[in-house]
Amino acid sequence: MKYIDEFRDGDLARKLVDEIRRETTRPWNLMEVCGGQTHTLVKQGLDEALPEGVRMIHGPGCPVCVTPLEQIDKALAIAARPDVIFTSYGDMLRVPGSSADLLALKARGADVRTVYSPLEAVRLAQANPERQVVFFAIGFETTAPANAMAVWEASRLDLPNFSVLVSHVLVPPALEAILRAPSNQVQAFLAAGHVCAVMGWEEYEPIAERYHVPIVITGFEPLDLLEGILMAIRQLESGRAEVENQYARAVRREGNRAAQEAIFRVFEVGDRKWRGIGAIPSSGYRLRPEFARFDAEERFEVGAIETAEHPACIAGAILQGTKTPLDCTAYGVLCTPARPLGAPMVSAEGTCAAYHAAGRGLAAPTALPLYDLSGAAARTPEARG
Amino acid sequence: MCLGIPGKVVEIDDGGELRMARVDFGGVRKEACLAYVPEVEVGDYVIVHVGFAISRLDEEEAQKTLELLRMIDAEGMAAELGEPPPVP
Repeated sequence: MKYIDEFRDGDLARKLVDEIRRETTRPWNLMEVCGGQTHTLVKQGLDEALPEGVRMIHGPGCPVCVTPLEQIDKALAIAARPDVIFTSYGDMLRVPGSSADLLALKARGADVRTVYSPLEAVRLAQANPERQVVFFAIGFETTAPANAMAVWEASRLDLPNFSVLVSHVLVPPALEAILRAPSNQVQAFLAAGHVCAVMGWEEYEPIAERYHVPIVITGFEPLDLLEGILMAIRQLESGRAEVENQYARAVRREGNRAAQEAIFRVFEVGDRKWRGIGAIPSSGYRLRPEFARFDAEERFEVGAIETAEHPACIAGAILQGTKTPLDCTAYGVLCTPARPLGAPMVSAEGTCAAYHAAGRGLAAPTALPLYDLSGAAARTPEARG
Repeated sequence: MCLGIPGKVVEIDDGGELRMARVDFGGVRKEACLAYVPEVEVGDYVIVHVGFAISRLDEEEAQKTLELLRMIDAEGMAAELGEPPPVP
């Protein structure tokens, strides 16, 4: 398919790996921010083809994974009500709450439905005036324009039976939290291409400057990631720390202004808790006061909730990039995609699910990459002599 | 959820409150809202997230990226051989 196949070209991928090997003179730690990027890296074995010492640390950009446990437990409490149709993006259904997940609740008779677009939830509310339709509005900046439009439409249609449970998070404050952590090892970021397609990259420039960290806005296909890595390594090797755009076919400097306007018509920036990471100031969106009547938390009074994570799950350390799934005793044994203990094993963007899908650390490989990059000319930094 | 995929706009419906389209993702057709990409026309490629197009793909930029990638090898070879890179 156009815009996909040409960015998966095996010959070019091998050339890029060679070039990365040629230009790398010392060890570097890079973080790919988005879980979609993690999946491409791991599935295609790109991270394993990099020169020794160049390490990809997997970032927190999995919206399902960082949605706090309290919000999931609130979702479960709301969805259990007989008057409610609870709607959500599909990958949220199997994320474990303290006691169950939405899918288990559905099996017990709750009306939980998957929607592809939040507009479907609005239509459900129109079609079912006697029921309360609640939409679980989660995600990063990529889903915010869609979620904002759902609230805007509900307001325009004056729907009394539609509300949203909001759990929106933002990338730049998370990058700063990572950089400020005393244990931080990240020296450059591959920023999330689609987040920047919406928001642009102006807000990343002060971060690159303040922390002297290269930030390369990067796409999701294998060639995108390899080029993003090459651009980041070129900056690191030459001592530069700038925002660069690898994903020029989809991202413009100013982002998508129409989408930004829609977001800020409905949402405002507020503090947010991240699952596994904790509270980060000004790191998410909440409904503006004029849309408070669409706030499911107010409508259903789901206040004090006691939460409990599974004791064996190390999702927090994985989301912060300090551990990998291979450090987890539950990975592949107690915790599998069929029976996940933590959110990163559930989502199509979770690091544990990416490792598991690629067969990392498992007895039998479950999938093969598109091409073998191990044969790319074996020039390691040491071999430069 | 961040795994937006490129698709080709095959049909646009301007009749409703929101501008909607049918988008073809390699054979699978889905509805997408075009409210945030008003400039998009039939035949354009867009990145769609949760039912909303958030970006129109720029063919010229895509070709520039691929050209740059194809040149890498030539540059690298030339550097190894100590020669200036060939002019494309």
